[in-house]
Amino acid sequence: MSQSNEILVRVRDADKVFRRGSEEIHVLSGLNLEVPKGEFLALMGPSGSGKSTLLNLIGGLDRATRGTVEIGGERIDSMSDRQLAGWRARHIGLVFQFYNLLPVLTAERNVELPLLLTHLSKGERRQHVEAALKVVNLSHRARHYPRTLSGGEQQRTGIARAIVTDPTLLLCDEPTGDLDRKSGDEILSLLQALNREQGKTIIMVTHDPHASARATRTVHLDKGQLVTEPAP
Amino acid sequence: MTQLINWFSQVLAVSLFNFRSLPMRAGSSAAAAVGIAGVVAVLVGFLSIAEGFRKAVISSGADDIALVLRSGADSEMSSGLDRDDVRVIADAPGVARQLDGPLASAELFVIIDLPKRSTHTSANVPLRGVEKAAISVRGNLKVIQGRAFEPGKNEVMVGAGAARAFSGLDLGRKIRVGQNDWDVVGIFTAGGGLAESEIWTDAAVLQPAYNRGSSFQSVYAKLSSAGAFTAFKDSLTADPRLKVKVLRQSEYLAEQSTSVTGFIRSIGVFIAALMALGALFGALNTMYSAVSARTREIATLRALGFGAGPVVVSVMFESLGLALMGGAFGAVGAYFAFNGFQASTMNWQTFSQVAFAFTVTPSLLINAIVWAAIIGLLGGLFPAMRAARLPIAAALRET
Repeated sequence: MSQSNEILVRVRDADKVFRRGSEEIHVLSGLNLEVPKGEFLALMGPSGSGKSTLLNLIGGLDRATRGTVEIGGERIDSMSDRQLAGWRARHIGLVFQFYNLLPVLTAERNVELPLLLTHLSKGERRQHVEAALKVVNLSHRARHYPRTLSGGEQQRTGIARAIVTDPTLLLCDEPTGDLDRKSGDEILSLLQALNREQGKTIIMVTHDPHASARATRTVHLDKGQLVTEPAP
Repeated sequence: MTQLINWFSQVLAVSLFNFRSLPMRAGSSAAAAVGIAGVVAVLVGFLSIAEGFRKAVISSGADDIALVLRSGADSEMSSGLDRDDVRVIADAPGVARQLDGPLASAELFVIIDLPKRSTHTSANVPLRGVEKAAISVRGNLKVIQGRAFEPGKNEVMVGAGAARAFSGLDLGRKIRVGQNDWDVVGIFTAGGGLAESEIWTDAAVLQPAYNRGSSFQSVYAKLSSAGAFTAFKDSLTADPRLKVKVLRQSEYLAEQSTSVTGFIRSIGVFIAALMALGALFGALNTMYSAVSARTREIATLRALGFGAGPVVVSVMFESLGLALMGGAFGAVGAYFAFNGFQASTMNWQTFSQVAFAFTVTPSLLINAIVWAAIIGLLGGLFPAMRAARLPIAAALRET
């Protein structure tokens, strides 16, 4: 499936300022970004360039000091914390560098977590979990706890958790940053397949040019500003 | 409604994760629970003393037994009635009668010193001189060893509690009262009541031994029914020949137990409150550590869309669960350690020892569990708020 011209993510004049004592740190400065639906976008840049902060703003995990963030036509910067939590549950799939699986839950229970926020019955949730685990090719490890899974398997569990609710947008923060090359490649192939075959819009933060090469577009950030953004 | 169900299902889900991760924090969780168990055990222990004492004092109190004292007297110790008063009281309306006369017993109440079995130190024991109707008036008195004393003889029968607590009160032994030796001829029970802490003898023999002439200190009258009390009281208080105070036995005994039970309860609550403060800090520390250890997990749940409210409530649930486990452990332990434990203490209103058994009642256990729950909730509140306020983006990267 290819990308459409419909803009899914629109960030306008976004500033993000952190305060450390009396010092102000400008992490993002007047940043503008548009991401069309169906795109696989890589955000690259050196440490401290603001790429993770930008990802957090788009995911509703943090708020811009100034500017607007619009996802699928909804202004998330004006939502309350409670509204944002519900919005994230419906629209965002998150993939973390360190997987962020709950150690006390099996892989399938971890994948089921976002579904607990929906009104699906237990049987429906099971079907969704099985489908998601099948997509990431991890059905045979469903009842394993994270500590018994390899890094690659844990990340695939994390991806299954991210896609189980069929979100509008997948946000991946250094998804291969903690993996060896082979496992990293598997994860990137999986993300690529999700983008190509299921039309998932993906924004991925990465340091790795090898990873960004898998994306349909790469933008670079430096000192809180986009250095290059080829037209979508 | 759907939102509410969703909210509760979030609380349930997060609480479940919290409880499932308890084994990973077994040490600190157990320490907090044990602290709370200690508070509950101490509280239950002290309150069971007060409850046992209260029960011992009032359990023999009946609504259909009236006690007559001199007007202004606080207790039998400070009361005095003469033979004429006693006659008028026994003939008053409402007093139950048998073939040989009214069911009323004029009594003397003196204190003697005897060594305690436990410490061998001497303590006050009440010695009561009674008339022959006394046993029928009390109703629940039962001689379990030996026999009742014979009128006119230097004989005593001893309450089972007093016999347990004091040496020299075994059946067949002699005790020294005034200038004479008195034979212990019987042991009696009185339904676990105050009379079990007393020694009984014939009032007519006790009067000369203590130079009391023909005076008494109180009259116990069995009424024809509990409802006859008002008529009985009104008739005596309106009689110009008498200056008396009329009480139901149950009221009198309840009054007699208030200062001791109040004191014991106060000490218990004070010590438990101090311990509770310690346990509260223990619970706070445990829950802060629990939240801190799960910072990334909590942030992950929040990032996935779980609300701050369910996170707060689930952390408090965990704290409450630990507290209730500790509380239940303390309560069960206290029950087995204290319930039925025999002891005796001074009743300051009569200056005499009262034998009693520590009594752990269901309401007392509930009271202690409520304490545990309060400690748990307070201990969980601030850590829960910290968990809810975690900046998600930063907390997601915590290791």
